[in-house]
Amino acid sequence: MVNKYIVKKIDDITVSRRIMILGAILPLAVFFFPLWNVTLEAPQYPIPLGINIHINDFSDMNPHDIKNINLLNHYIGMKYIPDAIPEFKIFPYGIILTSILGVFIGLKMNHNWFLKWFFLMTILSLAGIIDFYLWEHDYGHNLDSKAILRFTDTDGKPMVFQPPLIGSKEILNFKAHSYPRLGTFFLGLGTILSLLSFFISKKNLKTIN
Amino acid sequence: MKNLKFISTIILLGFLALNCELKNSKESNSGALSSNAADKVYIPPGKYDSFYAFISGGFSGQLSVYGLPSGRLFKIIPVFSVDAEKGYGFNEETKPLLNTSFGQIPWGDSHHPDISQTNGELDGRWVYINENNTPRIAKVDLSLFETTEIIEIPNTAGNHSSSYVTENTEYVIAGTRFSIPVPQKDMPIEDYKGNFKGVLSFLKINPEDGQMNLSFQIMMPGFNYDKAHPGRGASHGWFFYTTYNTEEANSLLEVNASQNDKDFIAAVNWKKAEEYIKKGKFKTVATNYAHNIYNESEHTAKTNWVKEVRILDPLECPGLVYFLPTPKSPHGCDVDPSGEYIVGSGKLSADVTVHSFSKMIKAIEEKNFSGEAYGIPILNFDAVHAGSVKQAGLGPLHTEFDDNGNAYTSFFISSELVKWKLGTWEVIDRKPTFYSVGHLMIPGGNSRKPFGKYALAMNKITKDRYLPTGPEVTQSAQLYDITGEKMDLLLDFPTVGEPHYAAGIPADLIKSKSKKLFKLEENNHKYAVHSNEDVKVTREGNSVHIYMTTIRSHFSPDNIEGIKVGDKVYFHITNLEQDYDVPHGVAMIGANTSELLIMPGQTETFIWEPKQVGVWPFYCTDFCSALHQEMQGYIRVSPKNSDIKLSWSLDGE
Repeated sequence: MVNKYIVKKIDDITVSRRIMILGAILPLAVFFFPLWNVTLEAPQYPIPLGINIHINDFSDMNPHDIKNINLLNHYIGMKYIPDAIPEFKIFPYGIILTSILGVFIGLKMNHNWFLKWFFLMTILSLAGIIDFYLWEHDYGHNLDSKAILRFTDTDGKPMVFQPPLIGSKEILNFKAHSYPRLGTFFLGLGTILSLLSFFISKKNLKTIN
Repeated sequence: MKNLKFISTIILLGFLALNCELKNSKESNSGALSSNAADKVYIPPGKYDSFYAFISGGFSGQLSVYGLPSGRLFKIIPVFSVDAEKGYGFNEETKPLLNTSFGQIPWGDSHHPDISQTNGELDGRWVYINENNTPRIAKVDLSLFETTEIIEIPNTAGNHSSSYVTENTEYVIAGTRFSIPVPQKDMPIEDYKGNFKGVLSFLKINPEDGQMNLSFQIMMPGFNYDKAHPGRGASHGWFFYTTYNTEEANSLLEVNASQNDKDFIAAVNWKKAEEYIKKGKFKTVATNYAHNIYNESEHTAKTNWVKEVRILDPLECPGLVYFLPTPKSPHGCDVDPSGEYIVGSGKLSADVTVHSFSKMIKAIEEKNFSGEAYGIPILNFDAVHAGSVKQAGLGPLHTEFDDNGNAYTSFFISSELVKWKLGTWEVIDRKPTFYSVGHLMIPGGNSRKPFGKYALAMNKITKDRYLPTGPEVTQSAQLYDITGEKMDLLLDFPTVGEPHYAAGIPADLIKSKSKKLFKLEENNHKYAVHSNEDVKVTREGNSVHIYMTTIRSHFSPDNIEGIKVGDKVYFHITNLEQDYDVPHGVAMIGANTSELLIMPGQTETFIWEPKQVGVWPFYCTDFCSALHQEMQGYIRVSPKNSDIKLSWSLDGE
């Protein structure tokens, strides 16, 4: 009777390890799905312009969108969206290494490491979001002093064109929408699963002990 | 005496027509009001019409694109006439499209558009349209709505019984209205009879790209071949042509070509013709004609000169052609959706004559002939005649069909559309037109599958229908709802030039295939540049080639020096935009040509020959952006003997 009980608990430990491993693998989905999307809507763009941000690339939502966003943005002195940024080289390694680490933890290490991996992923994700925010801020504020169109706000200060980090915002004649996409959801879900596996594992061990 | 009788008949007809017009204009006032026509043609802002109508421009030489039921004009596609607005026939890329054996011709007379078909149904890939004066057929590509091919038809004069497609777009055909000496020679006109010939042409279509190739011609007697339509269903493999002037008169035809009680519908078995071609029964005859093809990726047209043509002689090809006697100078020659009935409208008659295809085949098998003309058997009228629509109106011209077994015939003299029943030949309804209708069009009416919702009447005379605009007034089209037992006049709208035939098609069949732009990476124009880094100016003797780009909102280069008086300056301009509806235009002061209007991803060229020293501006002619007005540049022109070297500005430098 007691033996059976313990065996069941050991099974549960295996379940928590499985969840941890799943959590560690899910972030790899960012190689297949975009992390973020910024879409620009205006009446004369019945098909809106949009850019998808991937872990290693920017891509057009519809053909030629980035080229056309750049063309519009040059009027107000915004920099061109570059073909590549240094992050595209670093971030994929970050994802692969943390995934391998997470799988290893899931197989070999105790539940306290599950929590450590959770914090590692949370910090890295926050760093990514801050990096995105800083780039957006620079993109929206650091305008060419010879810009063709220079607008001022109601206080007389030069108008800035930073897209929202998350949400929707009116920018001149456009409405900008900035929202996470599937890649980010998988990344977040993986991170949350690692926390979940930590609690399941902890609870079960307590019961066994 | 005969002439006197004829003239008095004409006076009487004119009188009747006038009466009809007076009567009709009274009917019209109440007609439209009572039926709530406005609701049926109103398309709210931002919404789409349900049909495209491609309406020939007649003496404008073009093809206009309208929406139905609204009657709104979307585009005039330049085909046979130059169009300065679009640079058509002015830029170096499209000039070759207008080449003919008579030289480059800036004008044409466009008549009968017909949409390509698959299995007897409209497939919406290409529109073919004929040019009457300098015999040609053009292909308009419906992914671009642009003319992409024009082929000249040799041995032909007045290319009128053209340009209809067979039910799998195997062929588009052409036929001569005026018989002429073939080959052309210096001879007395009065020796017409028996010596002039009428040639019918069959152009094979490449199913991949719609390209035409003149496969063979049939040397017919010297009649006038007026209109034509292909067989379909059981009669697929046959083509039918109306003839007039079987009298073979060469002068004062309005009288002299109207003497025979019956002219003919010529039935041509083109499948048999293919067999004879295979057997080598043709003569290869020397000729010279232009075949002009526009290459989409090179954005450039090129002329190929063709030097010979294969000709079949019906005398040596038994079973190739039969004549069906048809009363009084038939004009329209129309085949119903089943392919059984061939409608011949004797334009000087009050009746519409209908022949039966199955009876025709039987008569041919039984050799039920009433005679022959130049060796071609004439079938016994009673043996092929299916029935006649009696006293239907005056001056029947053309017939279209709906999908419920009804036919609709236009009557020029009595200015009306008449709806009648196939098989019973009874008149169901008649409605006035304003005035003097020529062709009519039901979308898909020339196919196995008509879309019997609307009929469009195209009128030759408008008189008082619109605000007056001096002696020259517009021609018009009128839209009728034909879904009910009775036809209902919904709308009239002005047309471009004189509309002859038109072709209609449900919008859903083509609108999604319409291209938004040309892909820059697929631009293989000889002088294209794909980015601003590649712009340059080169000199070869007196010729200067400027490889220029446009993108919102500047030209690159925009300052050029080192051009000299007497140079021939080629502006090769590539529009680097890759966004829908962002063309750029360009015009240069003193250039003896039109502007260019360059679509995204396209390259076009114009020539400027500077005659005066100075600094001369050029600018964008299409309002492309908020900075359009700044889109401009200068060219410095130095004296002929100047040694100033070529130099140009690069982006912002």
